[in-house]
Amino acid sequence: MSMTATSDRAAGVAATGTRFTRYLGAISLLGVALLLLLGLVSTPADQNQGDAVRIMYVHVPTAWIAYLAFVVTAVGSALYLFRRAHSLTWDRIAGASAEIGVLYMGITLVTGSLWGRLTWGVFWEWDARLTTTAFLFVTYIGYLAVRRLGGTHQQRARRSAVVALLAVLEIPLVHLSVKLWASLHQEPTVLRAGDVKMDGLMLFTLFWGVIVFTLVFVWMLMHRQRLMFMEDTFDDTGLEKAIAERRSEGGTS
Amino acid sequence: MRVWPLMKAVAVKDMRTELRSRVAINQVAPYAMIVLFLFAFAIDSDATLTRVAAGLVWMTTLFSMLLVTQRSFEMERADGAMDALLVAGADMRAVFGGKAVALAVQLLFIELLLIFLAVVVCRVEPPVGGLALLAVVVLLTAITLGSVGVLYGGLAAGAKGKETLLPLLILPVVAPVVIAATRATESAFNVGGRKVHEGWAWTGLLGFTAVAFAVVGAVAFPVLVEE
Repeated sequence: MSMTATSDRAAGVAATGTRFTRYLGAISLLGVALLLLLGLVSTPADQNQGDAVRIMYVHVPTAWIAYLAFVVTAVGSALYLFRRAHSLTWDRIAGASAEIGVLYMGITLVTGSLWGRLTWGVFWEWDARLTTTAFLFVTYIGYLAVRRLGGTHQQRARRSAVVALLAVLEIPLVHLSVKLWASLHQEPTVLRAGDVKMDGLMLFTLFWGVIVFTLVFVWMLMHRQRLMFMEDTFDDTGLEKAIAERRSEGGTS
Repeated sequence: MRVWPLMKAVAVKDMRTELRSRVAINQVAPYAMIVLFLFAFAIDSDATLTRVAAGLVWMTTLFSMLLVTQRSFEMERADGAMDALLVAGADMRAVFGGKAVALAVQLLFIELLLIFLAVVVCRVEPPVGGLALLAVVVLLTAITLGSVGVLYGGLAAGAKGKETLLPLLILPVVAPVVIAATRATESAFNVGGRKVHEGWAWTGLLGFTAVAFAVVGAVAFPVLVEE
Protein backbone atom coordinates (compact mmCIF):
# COMPACT_ATOMS: atom_id res chain seq x y z
CA MET A 1 0.00 0.00 0.00
CA SER A 2 1.42 3.40 -0.90
CA MET A 3 1.87 6.10 1.71
CA THR A 4 -0.81 8.31 0.10
CA ALA A 5 -3.33 5.51 -0.06
CA THR A 6 -2.59 4.63 3.57
CA SER A 7 -3.06 8.24 4.63
CA ASP A 8 -6.29 8.49 2.66
CA ARG A 9 -7.71 5.37 4.29
CA ALA A 10 -6.60 6.53 7.71
CA ALA A 11 -8.06 9.99 7.10
CA GLY A 12 -11.45 8.42 6.55
CA VAL A 13 -11.62 8.68 2.78
CA ALA A 14 -12.00 4.93 2.52
CA ALA A 15 -15.04 3.48 4.25
CA THR A 16 -15.37 0.27 6.23
CA GLY A 17 -18.19 -0.94 4.01
CA THR A 18 -18.02 -3.11 0.92
CA ARG A 19 -20.74 -4.32 -1.41
CA PHE A 20 -21.02 -7.48 0.70
CA THR A 21 -21.44 -5.61 4.00
CA ARG A 22 -24.01 -3.29 2.43
CA TYR A 23 -26.09 -6.29 1.29
CA LEU A 24 -25.57 -7.93 4.66
CA GLY A 25 -26.64 -4.74 6.45
CA ALA A 26 -29.78 -4.46 4.34
CA ILE A 27 -30.69 -8.12 4.91
CA SER A 28 -30.03 -7.73 8.66
CA LEU A 29 -32.29 -4.66 8.80
CA LEU A 30 -35.10 -6.51 7.03
CA GLY A 31 -34.53 -9.44 9.37
CA VAL A 32 -34.83 -7.22 12.44
CA ALA A 33 -38.04 -5.69 11.05
CA LEU A 34 -39.50 -9.17 10.55
CA LEU A 35 -38.37 -10.21 14.04
CA LEU A 36 -40.14 -7.18 15.52
CA LEU A 37 -43.30 -8.06 13.58
CA LEU A 38 -43.18 -11.70 14.61
CA GLY A 39 -42.17 -11.04 18.21
CA LEU A 40 -44.51 -8.16 18.99
CA VAL A 41 -47.53 -8.84 16.75
CA SER A 42 -47.80 -12.30 15.19
CA THR A 43 -46.80 -14.60 18.05
CA PRO A 44 -49.34 -15.25 20.80
CA ALA A 45 -48.88 -14.30 24.45
CA ASP A 46 -47.86 -17.17 26.75
CA GLN A 47 -50.51 -18.84 28.92
CA ASN A 48 -48.50 -18.36 32.11
CA GLN A 49 -46.18 -15.48 31.34
CA GLY A 50 -48.44 -13.34 29.16
CA ASP A 51 -46.68 -10.75 26.97
CA ALA A 52 -43.49 -11.08 29.05
CA VAL A 53 -42.56 -14.10 26.93
CA ARG A 54 -41.77 -11.72 24.04
CA ILE A 55 -38.55 -10.76 25.87
CA MET A 56 -37.34 -14.27 25.06
CA TYR A 57 -36.98 -13.41 21.35
CA VAL A 58 -34.19 -10.98 22.25
CA HIS A 59 -32.84 -12.52 25.46
CA VAL A 60 -32.08 -16.04 24.21
CA PRO A 61 -30.52 -15.09 20.83
CA THR A 62 -28.30 -12.37 22.36
CA ALA A 63 -27.10 -14.83 25.03
CA TRP A 64 -26.22 -17.49 22.43
CA ILE A 65 -24.48 -15.05 20.10
CA ALA A 66 -22.59 -13.46 23.00
CA TYR A 67 -21.12 -16.88 23.81
CA LEU A 68 -20.38 -17.37 20.10
CA ALA A 69 -18.62 -13.98 20.07
CA PHE A 70 -16.41 -15.03 22.98
CA VAL A 71 -15.58 -18.29 21.20
CA VAL A 72 -14.56 -16.22 18.14
CA THR A 73 -12.39 -14.07 20.44
CA ALA A 74 -10.69 -17.17 21.84
CA VAL A 75 -10.13 -18.69 18.39
CA GLY A 76 -8.82 -15.37 17.01
CA SER A 77 -6.48 -15.00 20.00
CA ALA A 78 -5.18 -18.57 19.65
CA LEU A 79 -4.61 -18.11 15.91
CA TYR A 80 -2.70 -14.88 16.57
CA LEU A 81 -0.58 -16.39 19.33
CA PHE A 82 0.20 -19.80 17.88
CA ARG A 83 0.62 -19.06 14.17
CA ARG A 84 4.08 -17.99 13.09
CA ALA A 85 2.93 -14.91 11.18
CA HIS A 86 1.33 -13.34 14.32
CA SER A 87 -1.13 -11.59 12.02
CA LEU A 88 -2.83 -8.57 13.58
CA THR A 89 -5.96 -9.40 11.58
CA TRP A 90 -6.68 -12.25 14.02
CA ASP A 91 -6.12 -9.88 16.92
CA ARG A 92 -8.53 -7.32 15.47
CA ILE A 93 -11.16 -10.00 14.84
CA ALA A 94 -10.75 -11.16 18.46
CA GLY A 95 -11.05 -7.60 19.80
CA ALA A 96 -14.02 -6.68 17.60
CA SER A 97 -15.81 -9.89 18.52
CA ALA A 98 -15.27 -9.28 22.25
CA GLU A 99 -16.72 -5.77 21.96
CA ILE A 100 -19.87 -7.08 20.28
CA GLY A 101 -20.01 -10.00 22.75
CA VAL A 102 -19.95 -7.58 25.69
CA LEU A 103 -22.73 -5.53 24.05
CA TYR A 104 -24.87 -8.64 23.46
CA MET A 105 -24.19 -9.96 26.95
CA GLY A 106 -25.19 -6.60 28.43
CA ILE A 107 -28.49 -6.87 26.52
CA THR A 108 -28.87 -10.48 27.79
CA LEU A 109 -28.39 -9.43 31.41
CA VAL A 110 -30.78 -6.46 31.20
CA THR A 111 -33.51 -8.39 29.36
CA GLY A 112 -32.98 -11.39 31.65
CA SER A 113 -33.46 -9.28 34.77
CA LEU A 114 -36.65 -7.76 33.38
CA TRP A 115 -37.97 -11.16 32.32
CA GLY A 116 -37.07 -12.64 35.72
CA ARG A 117 -38.92 -9.89 37.55
CA LEU A 118 -42.04 -10.46 35.47
CA THR A 119 -42.04 -14.27 35.65
CA TRP A 120 -40.24 -15.21 38.90
CA GLY A 121 -40.91 -12.00 40.86
CA VAL A 122 -37.18 -11.25 41.25
CA PHE A 123 -34.68 -9.35 39.11
CA TRP A 124 -31.88 -11.76 39.97
CA GLU A 125 -31.60 -15.40 40.88
CA TRP A 126 -28.35 -16.98 42.12
CA ASP A 127 -28.44 -19.60 39.42
CA ALA A 128 -25.10 -20.96 38.13
CA ARG A 129 -25.75 -20.05 34.50
CA LEU A 130 -26.88 -16.52 35.34
CA THR A 131 -24.01 -15.85 37.72
CA THR A 132 -21.42 -17.24 35.29
CA THR A 133 -22.86 -14.95 32.60
CA ALA A 134 -22.44 -11.92 34.89
CA PHE A 135 -18.84 -12.91 35.68
CA LEU A 136 -18.14 -13.39 32.00
CA PHE A 137 -19.50 -9.92 31.26
CA VAL A 138 -17.10 -8.35 33.77
CA THR A 139 -14.19 -10.54 32.60
CA TYR A 140 -14.54 -9.37 29.00
CA ILE A 141 -14.88 -5.74 30.08
CA GLY A 142 -11.48 -6.36 31.70
CA TYR A 143 -10.23 -7.86 28.42
CA LEU A 144 -11.32 -4.73 26.55
CA ALA A 145 -9.53 -2.59 29.17
CA VAL A 146 -6.35 -4.61 28.57
CA ARG A 147 -6.61 -3.87 24.84
CA ARG A 148 -6.47 -0.17 25.67
CA LEU A 149 -3.31 -0.35 27.77
CA GLY A 150 -1.18 1.16 25.04
CA GLY A 151 2.14 0.07 23.57
CA THR A 152 2.71 -1.27 20.07
CA HIS A 153 0.02 -3.17 18.17
CA GLN A 154 1.94 -6.41 18.61
CA GLN A 155 2.20 -5.81 22.38
CA ARG A 156 -1.54 -5.17 22.55
CA ALA A 157 -2.25 -8.30 20.53
CA ARG A 158 0.00 -10.50 22.63
CA ARG A 159 -1.28 -9.27 26.00
CA SER A 160 -4.92 -9.44 25.04
CA ALA A 161 -4.54 -12.87 23.42
CA VAL A 162 -3.17 -14.29 26.67
CA VAL A 163 -5.97 -12.65 28.69
CA ALA A 164 -8.59 -14.01 26.27
CA LEU A 165 -7.24 -17.55 26.59
CA LEU A 166 -7.13 -17.22 30.39
CA ALA A 167 -10.77 -16.09 30.29
CA VAL A 168 -11.69 -19.27 28.40
CA LEU A 169 -10.04 -21.39 31.09
CA GLU A 170 -11.86 -19.41 33.75
CA ILE A 171 -15.38 -20.05 32.39
CA PRO A 172 -15.75 -23.74 33.41
CA LEU A 173 -14.08 -23.09 36.77
CA VAL A 174 -16.43 -20.23 37.66
CA HIS A 175 -19.43 -22.20 36.40
CA LEU A 176 -18.52 -25.29 38.45
CA SER A 177 -17.86 -23.35 41.65
CA VAL A 178 -21.04 -21.28 41.37
CA LYS A 179 -23.03 -24.45 40.61
CA LEU A 180 -21.66 -26.15 43.74
CA TRP A 181 -22.30 -23.01 45.76
CA ALA A 182 -25.83 -22.49 44.38
CA SER A 183 -26.74 -26.12 45.14
CA LEU A 184 -26.52 -25.20 48.82
CA HIS A 185 -28.91 -22.32 48.39
CA GLN A 186 -32.64 -22.49 48.91
CA GLU A 187 -34.66 -22.18 45.73
CA PRO A 188 -36.59 -18.90 45.42
CA THR A 189 -40.07 -19.30 46.85
CA VAL A 190 -41.70 -17.15 44.18
CA LEU A 191 -44.15 -18.59 41.71
CA ARG A 192 -42.38 -20.25 38.81
CA ALA A 193 -43.84 -20.38 35.36
CA GLY A 194 -42.66 -23.93 34.78
CA ASP A 195 -41.35 -25.25 31.50
CA VAL A 196 -42.28 -23.13 28.56
CA LYS A 197 -44.26 -25.01 25.95
CA MET A 198 -43.92 -23.21 22.68
CA ASP A 199 -46.11 -23.36 19.64
CA GLY A 200 -44.58 -23.55 16.17
CA LEU A 201 -44.59 -19.82 15.42
CA MET A 202 -42.99 -19.00 18.77
CA LEU A 203 -40.24 -21.52 18.14
CA PHE A 204 -39.73 -20.19 14.60
CA THR A 205 -39.51 -16.61 15.94
CA LEU A 206 -36.92 -17.69 18.48
CA PHE A 207 -34.73 -19.29 15.82
CA TRP A 208 -35.34 -16.36 13.49
CA GLY A 209 -34.00 -14.17 16.31
CA VAL A 210 -30.85 -16.31 16.46
CA ILE A 211 -30.33 -15.95 12.69
CA VAL A 212 -30.95 -12.20 12.71
CA PHE A 213 -28.67 -11.51 15.69
CA THR A 214 -25.97 -13.66 14.04
CA LEU A 215 -26.24 -11.60 10.85
CA VAL A 216 -26.04 -8.36 12.84
CA PHE A 217 -23.02 -9.78 14.71
CA VAL A 218 -21.20 -10.63 11.46
CA TRP A 219 -22.08 -7.23 9.97
CA MET A 220 -20.78 -5.36 13.04
CA LEU A 221 -17.71 -7.60 13.28
CA MET A 222 -16.67 -6.83 9.69
CA HIS A 223 -17.11 -3.09 10.12
CA ARG A 224 -15.43 -2.96 13.52
CA GLN A 225 -12.49 -5.08 12.40
CA ARG A 226 -11.91 -2.80 9.42
CA LEU A 227 -12.26 0.28 11.61
CA MET A 228 -9.61 -1.17 13.93
CA PHE A 229 -7.36 -1.72 10.91
CA MET A 230 -7.81 1.95 9.96
CA GLU A 231 -7.08 3.06 13.53
CA ASP A 232 -3.89 0.96 13.57
CA THR A 233 -2.87 2.31 10.17
CA PHE A 234 -3.53 5.85 11.35
CA ASP A 235 -1.30 5.24 14.40
CA ASP A 236 1.48 3.83 12.19
CA THR A 237 1.36 6.63 9.63
CA GLY A 238 1.23 9.21 12.41
CA LEU A 239 4.47 7.80 13.79
CA GLU A 240 6.09 7.56 10.36
CA LYS A 241 5.09 11.16 9.63
CA ALA A 242 6.52 12.39 12.93
CA ILE A 243 9.82 10.56 12.28
CA ALA A 244 9.99 12.04 8.76
CA GLU A 245 9.36 15.53 10.15
CA ARG A 246 12.11 15.17 12.79
CA ARG A 247 14.49 13.92 10.09
CA SER A 248 13.71 16.84 7.82
CA GLU A 249 14.19 19.25 10.76
CA GLY A 250 17.56 17.63 11.41
CA GLY A 251 18.47 17.96 7.75
CA THR A 252 17.58 21.66 7.48
CA SER A 253 19.22 22.81 10.71
CA MET B 1 21.03 -18.79 36.59
CA ARG B 2 19.00 -21.98 36.73
CA VAL B 3 15.27 -21.91 37.49
CA TRP B 4 15.18 -23.03 41.12
CA PRO B 5 18.07 -20.89 42.44
CA LEU B 6 16.68 -17.84 40.60
CA MET B 7 13.19 -18.49 41.98
CA LYS B 8 14.61 -18.73 45.48
CA ALA B 9 16.68 -15.57 44.98
CA VAL B 10 13.64 -13.57 43.79
CA ALA B 11 11.47 -14.87 46.65
CA VAL B 12 14.12 -14.08 49.27
CA LYS B 13 14.73 -10.64 47.73
CA ASP B 14 11.00 -9.78 47.82
CA MET B 15 10.57 -11.01 51.39
CA ARG B 16 13.73 -9.25 52.56
CA THR B 17 12.54 -5.99 50.96
CA GLU B 18 9.20 -6.47 52.69
CA LEU B 19 10.81 -7.12 56.07
CA ARG B 20 12.87 -3.94 55.72
CA SER B 21 10.07 -1.69 54.51
CA ARG B 22 7.40 -3.37 56.68
CA VAL B 23 4.60 -2.20 54.39
CA ALA B 24 2.58 -5.41 54.92
CA ILE B 25 2.91 -5.17 58.70
CA ASN B 26 2.60 -1.40 59.12
CA GLN B 27 0.06 -0.60 56.43
CA VAL B 28 -1.70 -3.60 54.86
CA ALA B 29 -2.38 -5.46 58.15
CA PRO B 30 -3.95 -2.40 59.86
CA TYR B 31 -5.93 -1.80 56.65
CA ALA B 32 -7.27 -5.38 56.75
CA MET B 33 -8.13 -4.93 60.43
CA ILE B 34 -10.09 -1.73 59.88
CA VAL B 35 -11.97 -3.21 56.91
CA LEU B 36 -13.10 -6.11 59.11
CA PHE B 37 -14.19 -3.68 61.85
CA LEU B 38 -16.12 -1.53 59.36
CA PHE B 39 -17.88 -4.65 58.04
CA ALA B 40 -18.86 -5.40 61.66
CA PHE B 41 -20.27 -1.86 62.09
CA ALA B 42 -22.20 -2.14 58.81
CA ILE B 43 -23.66 -5.56 59.69
CA ASP B 44 -24.48 -4.47 63.24
CA SER B 45 -25.75 -7.82 64.50
CA ASP B 46 -23.76 -10.32 66.58
CA ALA B 47 -25.58 -13.34 65.21
CA THR B 48 -25.24 -12.22 61.58
CA LEU B 49 -21.59 -11.31 62.12
CA THR B 50 -20.82 -14.81 63.36
CA ARG B 51 -22.71 -16.31 60.42
CA VAL B 52 -20.87 -14.24 57.78
CA ALA B 53 -17.44 -14.21 59.49
CA ALA B 54 -15.90 -16.65 56.98
CA GLY B 55 -17.00 -14.54 54.02
CA LEU B 56 -15.66 -11.38 55.66
CA VAL B 57 -12.25 -12.98 56.22
CA TRP B 58 -11.89 -13.88 52.54
CA MET B 59 -13.32 -10.65 51.14
CA THR B 60 -10.92 -8.67 53.32
CA THR B 61 -8.07 -10.94 52.21
CA LEU B 62 -8.92 -10.13 48.59
CA PHE B 63 -8.89 -6.37 49.21
CA SER B 64 -5.55 -6.71 50.98
CA MET B 65 -4.20 -8.89 48.18
CA LEU B 66 -4.83 -6.11 45.65
CA LEU B 67 -2.69 -3.75 47.73
CA VAL B 68 0.12 -6.24 48.27
CA THR B 69 0.16 -7.19 44.58
CA GLN B 70 0.43 -3.59 43.40
CA ARG B 71 3.19 -3.00 45.92
CA SER B 72 5.05 -6.10 44.70
CA PHE B 73 5.27 -4.76 41.12
CA GLU B 74 5.79 -1.11 42.02
CA MET B 75 9.09 -2.16 43.59
CA GLU B 76 10.14 -3.85 40.34
CA ARG B 77 9.04 -1.07 38.04
CA ALA B 78 10.32 1.86 40.15
CA ASP B 79 14.00 1.09 39.55
CA GLY B 80 13.54 -0.74 36.26
CA ALA B 81 14.36 -4.03 38.01
CA MET B 82 12.04 -6.05 35.79
CA ASP B 83 13.61 -4.58 32.64
CA ALA B 84 17.05 -5.41 34.02
CA LEU B 85 15.98 -9.02 34.62
CA LEU B 86 14.65 -9.22 31.06
CA VAL B 87 17.85 -7.79 29.60
CA ALA B 88 19.88 -10.20 31.72
CA GLY B 89 17.96 -13.05 30.14
CA ALA B 90 16.50 -14.25 33.44
CA ASP B 91 14.01 -17.10 33.16
CA MET B 92 10.66 -15.37 33.69
CA ARG B 93 9.08 -18.59 34.95
CA ALA B 94 11.49 -18.46 37.86
CA VAL B 95 10.73 -14.77 38.44
CA PHE B 96 7.02 -15.63 38.45
CA GLY B 97 7.57 -18.47 40.93
CA GLY B 98 9.72 -16.36 43.25
CA LYS B 99 7.34 -13.44 43.33
CA ALA B 100 4.34 -15.77 43.78
CA VAL B 101 6.00 -17.45 46.78
CA ALA B 102 6.82 -14.07 48.37
CA LEU B 103 3.27 -12.82 47.76
CA ALA B 104 1.79 -16.04 49.15
CA VAL B 105 3.86 -15.70 52.35
CA GLN B 106 2.60 -12.13 52.88
CA LEU B 107 -0.97 -13.23 52.22
CA LEU B 108 -0.56 -16.12 54.63
CA PHE B 109 0.37 -13.65 57.35
CA ILE B 110 -2.69 -11.47 56.56
CA GLU B 111 -5.03 -14.49 56.42
CA LEU B 112 -3.88 -15.73 59.84
CA LEU B 113 -4.32 -12.25 61.30
CA LEU B 114 -7.85 -12.02 59.88
CA ILE B 115 -8.82 -15.46 61.21
CA PHE B 116 -7.55 -14.46 64.65
CA LEU B 117 -9.64 -11.25 64.41
CA ALA B 118 -12.68 -13.25 63.29
CA VAL B 119 -12.38 -15.37 66.44
CA VAL B 120 -12.09 -12.26 68.61
CA VAL B 121 -14.48 -9.83 66.90
CA CYS B 122 -17.00 -12.10 65.16
CA ARG B 123 -17.14 -14.55 68.09
CA VAL B 124 -16.55 -17.69 66.08
CA GLU B 125 -15.25 -20.69 67.99
CA PRO B 126 -13.54 -23.16 65.66
CA PRO B 127 -13.47 -26.69 67.09
CA VAL B 128 -10.07 -28.38 67.42
CA GLY B 129 -10.91 -30.58 64.42
CA GLY B 130 -11.51 -27.46 62.35
CA LEU B 131 -7.98 -26.15 62.82
CA ALA B 132 -6.39 -28.69 60.46
CA LEU B 133 -9.00 -27.85 57.81
CA LEU B 134 -8.37 -24.15 58.38
CA ALA B 135 -4.61 -24.65 57.95
CA VAL B 136 -5.06 -26.42 54.59
CA VAL B 137 -7.55 -23.81 53.34
CA VAL B 138 -5.31 -20.90 54.35
CA LEU B 139 -2.27 -22.47 52.65
CA LEU B 140 -4.00 -23.41 49.38
CA THR B 141 -5.73 -20.03 49.14
CA ALA B 142 -2.46 -18.17 49.71
CA ILE B 143 -0.78 -20.19 46.92
CA THR B 144 -3.66 -19.52 44.48
CA LEU B 145 -3.95 -15.82 45.27
CA GLY B 146 -0.18 -15.44 45.09
CA SER B 147 -0.10 -16.93 41.57
CA VAL B 148 -3.12 -14.95 40.33
CA GLY B 149 -1.74 -11.75 41.87
CA VAL B 150 1.65 -12.07 40.17
CA LEU B 151 0.15 -13.08 36.82
CA TYR B 152 -2.24 -10.15 36.55
CA GLY B 153 -0.01 -7.80 38.54
CA GLY B 154 2.71 -8.31 35.92
CA LEU B 155 0.22 -7.53 33.18
CA ALA B 156 -1.07 -4.34 34.78
CA ALA B 157 2.28 -3.10 36.12
CA GLY B 158 3.38 0.14 34.56
CA ALA B 159 0.04 0.59 32.78
CA LYS B 160 -2.02 3.73 33.01
CA GLY B 161 -4.90 3.22 35.46
CA LYS B 162 -3.38 0.02 36.89
CA GLU B 163 -5.03 0.70 40.27
CA THR B 164 -8.47 0.22 38.75
CA LEU B 165 -7.51 -2.33 36.11
CA LEU B 166 -6.04 -4.84 38.55
CA PRO B 167 -9.25 -5.41 40.58
CA LEU B 168 -11.25 -5.63 37.35
CA LEU B 169 -8.99 -8.42 36.09
CA ILE B 170 -8.40 -10.29 39.34
CA LEU B 171 -11.77 -10.32 41.11
CA PRO B 172 -13.75 -12.33 38.51
CA VAL B 173 -10.91 -14.87 38.29
CA VAL B 174 -10.77 -15.50 42.03
CA ALA B 175 -14.52 -16.04 42.44
CA PRO B 176 -14.12 -19.86 42.64
CA VAL B 177 -11.41 -19.43 45.30
CA VAL B 178 -13.61 -17.14 47.42
CA ILE B 179 -16.55 -19.52 47.15
CA ALA B 180 -14.55 -22.61 48.08
CA ALA B 181 -12.52 -20.91 50.82
CA THR B 182 -15.62 -19.36 52.40
CA ARG B 183 -17.58 -22.60 52.44
CA ALA B 184 -14.65 -24.57 53.83
CA THR B 185 -13.98 -21.90 56.49
CA GLU B 186 -17.65 -21.93 57.51
CA SER B 187 -17.25 -25.64 58.17
CA ALA B 188 -14.00 -25.07 60.06
CA PHE B 189 -15.73 -22.34 62.13
CA ASN B 190 -18.71 -24.65 62.65
CA VAL B 191 -21.21 -21.96 61.67
CA GLY B 192 -24.33 -22.02 59.50
CA GLY B 193 -25.02 -25.63 60.51
CA ARG B 194 -21.96 -26.83 58.58
CA LYS B 195 -19.84 -29.61 60.02
CA VAL B 196 -16.06 -29.79 59.81
CA HIS B 197 -16.04 -32.91 57.61
CA GLU B 198 -18.20 -31.15 54.98
CA GLY B 199 -15.49 -28.54 54.50
CA TRP B 200 -12.85 -31.01 53.27
CA ALA B 201 -14.75 -31.44 49.97
CA TRP B 202 -14.03 -27.78 49.11
CA THR B 203 -10.29 -28.25 49.58
CA GLY B 204 -10.35 -30.33 46.38
CA LEU B 205 -11.44 -27.28 44.39
CA LEU B 206 -8.91 -25.12 46.23
CA GLY B 207 -6.13 -27.61 45.50
CA PHE B 208 -7.09 -27.68 41.83
CA THR B 209 -7.08 -23.87 41.55
CA ALA B 210 -3.74 -23.68 43.37
CA VAL B 211 -2.10 -26.08 40.89
CA ALA B 212 -3.92 -24.68 37.83
CA PHE B 213 -3.03 -21.04 38.47
CA ALA B 214 0.57 -21.88 39.38
CA VAL B 215 1.04 -23.82 36.12
CA VAL B 216 -0.91 -21.40 33.90
CA GLY B 217 0.85 -18.45 35.54
CA ALA B 218 4.30 -19.95 34.90
CA VAL B 219 3.40 -20.44 31.23
CA ALA B 220 1.60 -17.12 30.63
CA PHE B 221 3.73 -14.74 32.73
CA PRO B 222 6.79 -14.81 30.43
CA VAL B 223 4.57 -14.07 27.41
CA LEU B 224 3.04 -11.09 29.21
CA VAL B 225 6.24 -9.46 30.44
CA GLU B 226 8.73 -10.34 27.68
CA GLU B 227 7.94 -7.41 25.42
